[in-house]
Amino acid sequence: MNGFPILSVMLAVPAIAAVACLFLSAQTARMTALAATLVNLALGVVLWLNFDVGGAQWQFVENAPLFGRFGWALGIDGYALLLIALSVFLMPICIGASWHAIEKRVPEYMSAFLFTEVLMIGTFAAQDIFLFYIFFEAGLIPMFLIIGIWGGANRIYASYKFFLYTLLGSLLMFIAMLYMSITANTTSIPVLMAYDFPAHVQTWLWLAFFASFAVKMPMWPVHTWLPDAHVQAPTAGSVILAGVLLKLGGYGFLRFSLPMFPEASAQLTPLIFGLSAVAVIYTSLVALVQADMKKLIAYSSVAHMAIVTIGLFAFNAQGIEGAMMVMLGHGLVSGALFLCVGVIYDRLHTREIARYGGLAINMPRYALFFLLFTMASIGLPGTSNFVGEILSLMGAYQVSTWTALLCTTGIILGAAYMLYLYRRVVFGEIKSDEVRAMSDLSGRELWLLAPIAAVVLWMGVYPESFLAPMRKDTQVLLARINRAQPAGDSKPTRGTGIIPSADAEPAHDNPASGEAH
Amino acid sequence: MDYASQLAMTLPEVILAVGSIVLMLVAAWGGPASTKAVSWAAVAVLAGALIALVGPATSGGEAFGGLYRADGFAGFAKVLIFIAAAVAIVMAPDFFARTAGDNLRPEYPVLILLSAAGMGMMVSAADLLTLYVGLELQSLSAYVLASFMRQDARSAEAGLKYFVLGALASGILLYGISLVYGFTGSTMFNEIAGAYAATPLTGDAKSYGLLFGLVFVFAGLAFKMSAVPFHMWTPDVYEGAPTPVTAFFASAPKVASVALGVRVAVEAMGPAEGQWRQIVIFAALASILLGAVAAIGQQNIKRLLAYSSINNVGFALIGLAAGTPEGVASVLNYMAIYIAMTLGSFLVVLQMRDHEGQPVETIASLSGLSRTRPGLAAALAIFMFSLAGIPPLFGFYAKFEVFYAAVQAGLFPLAVFGIAFSVIGAYYYLRVIKTMYFDEPVAEFGRGYALEGGLIAVAAVIVSPLGYLAIPLLSGWTLAAARALF
Repeated sequence: MNGFPILSVMLAVPAIAAVACLFLSAQTARMTALAATLVNLALGVVLWLNFDVGGAQWQFVENAPLFGRFGWALGIDGYALLLIALSVFLMPICIGASWHAIEKRVPEYMSAFLFTEVLMIGTFAAQDIFLFYIFFEAGLIPMFLIIGIWGGANRIYASYKFFLYTLLGSLLMFIAMLYMSITANTTSIPVLMAYDFPAHVQTWLWLAFFASFAVKMPMWPVHTWLPDAHVQAPTAGSVILAGVLLKLGGYGFLRFSLPMFPEASAQLTPLIFGLSAVAVIYTSLVALVQADMKKLIAYSSVAHMAIVTIGLFAFNAQGIEGAMMVMLGHGLVSGALFLCVGVIYDRLHTREIARYGGLAINMPRYALFFLLFTMASIGLPGTSNFVGEILSLMGAYQVSTWTALLCTTGIILGAAYMLYLYRRVVFGEIKSDEVRAMSDLSGRELWLLAPIAAVVLWMGVYPESFLAPMRKDTQVLLARINRAQPAGDSKPTRGTGIIPSADAEPAHDNPASGEAH
Repeated sequence: MDYASQLAMTLPEVILAVGSIVLMLVAAWGGPASTKAVSWAAVAVLAGALIALVGPATSGGEAFGGLYRADGFAGFAKVLIFIAAAVAIVMAPDFFARTAGDNLRPEYPVLILLSAAGMGMMVSAADLLTLYVGLELQSLSAYVLASFMRQDARSAEAGLKYFVLGALASGILLYGISLVYGFTGSTMFNEIAGAYAATPLTGDAKSYGLLFGLVFVFAGLAFKMSAVPFHMWTPDVYEGAPTPVTAFFASAPKVASVALGVRVAVEAMGPAEGQWRQIVIFAALASILLGAVAAIGQQNIKRLLAYSSINNVGFALIGLAAGTPEGVASVLNYMAIYIAMTLGSFLVVLQMRDHEGQPVETIASLSGLSRTRPGLAAALAIFMFSLAGIPPLFGFYAKFEVFYAAVQAGLFPLAVFGIAFSVIGAYYYLRVIKTMYFDEPVAEFGRGYALEGGLIAVAAVIVSPLGYLAIPLLSGWTLAAARALF
C-alpha cells in the first residue's frame, strides 16, 4: 500500500461522520452513518486484498510518536485483519437494523455507533500498549449510552452493571501495563510480545490481564453482566456487543496473555479449562430454561466463548486457529440471531418465546434464515461454527481429554436449546391473531440477513479463505510459546492416514504444531 | 544582588499587589458603578502578571535573602493560578446579576487579585514565614469571598465555617512551623532539609520534635488542599459560597496548596521522605475513597463537585507519594488538567438556572438535559467522564501520569488500591450522566450567556481527545518545572 495510512483513514472516516451526525437531521444522519460504514467496508475489502498473506508479520504499520510516553502506532497481523473485517462487515448491518427501529434521538444514536466502530478498529489495530488501552476502555462510553438511552425497561441497571463491571476488570490490567512498560522500557506491543518477564512476575501480570479479559469475554462466573446488557440493549446494540465487543477478550488473550506471559499461561491453563468447562455446561443448562429469546442467545454466547478460551490455551495450532474461527463464526451467527429476534420484536414488541409460534406458516422466508442460523449456532457441518468448534475441541483434546469431553457436551446441549427455541417459535400452530398478522421479511431485512448467511456458508464450506491469513501468525505465536507447552494427557499416535492438522497443506514446515508432545 | 533585580523576580506579585491596591481605590471612589471596569481591569492585571512570568520570575533565582524562589516550578503553578483567577472574575457578573439584592461589587475582583498575590507567594515560598504570610493572604481573601452574598444565610454560614476551621488549621500549621523551627534552628527550606538530613529520625528526643513538626505542617497543608481527614469544611463551603467563588476555590487555591505541599515535602523535608510518604499515602487513599463514597448520596451538584475535588486531590497526592521528579511532574500535570475539568464543570453549574434566572443546584434538575440543551449536556458529560478518568478523555492522561510515577517508584499497593477505588468514583460521575441522558426532561433551563458558553466550549475541547495533542508540550513543561525542585 505504498505508505498510504489506510488504518488511520479507517479510523478517521467514522470519527468524522460521528461528529457530523450530531449536527444533522434524523434522516440525513441515517444516510451519513450508512455511507460512512459502507466506505469503511470498502476500505476493509481493500485492506484484505492488499494484505500479504504469509508476508511480514506486521503490515500497514504506522508510527507517529505523538503523545509523549506513548505513540500513535498502528499495524495489523492476520488475527487483527480478520477481526477488523468482522467489525466493518457488521457495522452497515447494524445501521440498517436500526433504520426504523430507532425513532428517538437518531443523530446521537448513529454517532454513538460510529464512535464504537472507531474504537473497535482502533483496539484491533493498535500497536502501542496504551493506545490499545485507550481504545479498549473508551468503548465503554458509547456502549453505556446505547444501552442506557435506547435500551429496554430495565436499561439503567444494565448500563451501570456493564460499565462498572468492565471498568473494574480493566483497571487492574492498566496497572500491569504500566509495570510492563516501565520494566521493558517500551510501549510497543510487538516488542513486548518478545520480552521475557520473570516467571513469578508473569503470574501476577497474567492475572491482572485475566481480570480484564475474563470480564470482557465473558467467562463464568463474571459473565452476569452480559445477559442483562443484551436483554436491555437495542437490537443493533446486541449485534455489535455479541459480534465484536465479546471478541475483545479473546483477542486480548491472543495478543497479550499468551505471547507475553507464556509460562504463566501454561501454569494457569487448568484455571481456564476449569472455568470454561463449567461455563459450557452451566450456561447451556441456563439457556435451556430461558423464556426470553435474547437472554437465551446471550447465555449461549457465554458457552461459545468458553470453547474459544479452551482452544486458545491448548497451545497448538488447531486450538488457536479453531478459537479464532469460533470467534469469527460466533460473531456472525450470534449477530444474525439477534437480528432475527429483532425482526419479530419489531412486529410484536415482545421477546417472550411463549407469545410466538407457527411463524413458519406466515413467515416462510424468515423461518428459512432463522433455521440456517440456528443450525450454524449448533455447529452443523457446512456452517462456520462447525469448523471452529471441531478444531478448538481437537486442540483441547491433545492437552486435556477431560476438558474436551466436558466441553463437547456443550454441542449437544447447544443443539437442545437452539432446536427447542426454534420449535417453539417457528413450528406448531399460530397462537394468536397478532402473530398471524405478522408480515414476512421486508426487502431491507433480507438485505441484512442474506450477506451474513452467505458468509456463514462460505466459512463452513471453504474455511481456507479465513485460515490462510492467520496461519503464519499462529506459527510465530507457537514458536514463542512452545517452550512452556503443558504436557497433555492424551496420547495421540501418528496414524497412517491423515495427520490431524489445521493446515490444509500436507507439507508441514513446523512439525511441532501438529501434534502434542 | 541589587534590589531592582530582586523586584524583577517578584514582578508577578508586585503587579498583582499594586494592581489590587489601585483598583481598591478606584472601587472606593467609583462605587458599585465601577464594577464592570474594575473587573476587566483586574483581568488585565492578571494578564500582566502572566506576561511578567516570562523572564526573571522563572529564572530559578532566589530573592530577598532566600525568602522567595523564582523557579520554573513556581512559574508553572502561577500560570494555572492566574488563569483560574481570571476565569473566576469573568464568570462572576452573570451570576450576581440575578441574585436578588446581592449584586456584584467591585471588591470581588480586588479580593481575587489579593488572593492570587497570596497564592503567588505560597508557591514561590522558600521559607516557612513566606509560606505562612502567603497562605494567610490567600485565606483571608477567601473567607470574605465565601460570604460574599451578604443576604444569603448559606453564604454567611460558609464564610464563618471556612474562617473558623481555617483559623484552626492555620494554628496547627503554625504550631508545626514553630516545632520545626525550634528543632532545626531555621525557617529556610534548604537549612531545614539539612537538619533533617543530619538527624536520623530514630527515636531520640530531637527526632520526635522533628517528626511532630513534620506531622503538624502536613496536617495544616492537608487542610488547605482539603485532603482527608482534614476535608470536613469542603462540602459546606462549596455548597454555600456563590458559584463563581466555589469555582475559584476548587481551582486556584487547590493548585497553590498542592504545589506548596509538594515544595515543602521535596525541598524542606526531602530527606525525611520515608516519614512524609506514609502521611501522603494515607491522605491520598483516604481522599480517593471518601471522596468517592461520600459523593454517592449527594443531591446537590455543588456538594458533589466538592467531594469530587477531594477525590481528585487524592489522585494528585499519589504522584507526590512517588517523590521523584516524574512524580512531581505528574502532580503538576494533574493539576493543569484538573483545572480545565473543574472550571468547565462549574461553568456548566452556572448555567443551571430556571426561567426567572434563579440558580438551581439539585442534580435532579439536570434530568433530560441532553434533549433540552444538548450542547451543555455533552460538555458536562465530557467533564464527568474525564473526571472519572475514562479514556479517551484527557482526564485519563492525568491519572495515567500519576500512576506511572507511582508504579515507577515501586508503590504497587498504592497504585492498585487507588485505581480500584476510582471505580467507586466512576459510579457517581455516571449518575450525573445518567440523569442528563437517560431520564425524562424536566423544566428547561433559562438561556445561557455567550461568554460562559464560549469558555465551556474551550474547556471541553481541552478535555476532549484533542487534548492529547498537547501532551509533548505539557510533559516538557511539567518535567522542567519539577526538575527545579531537585
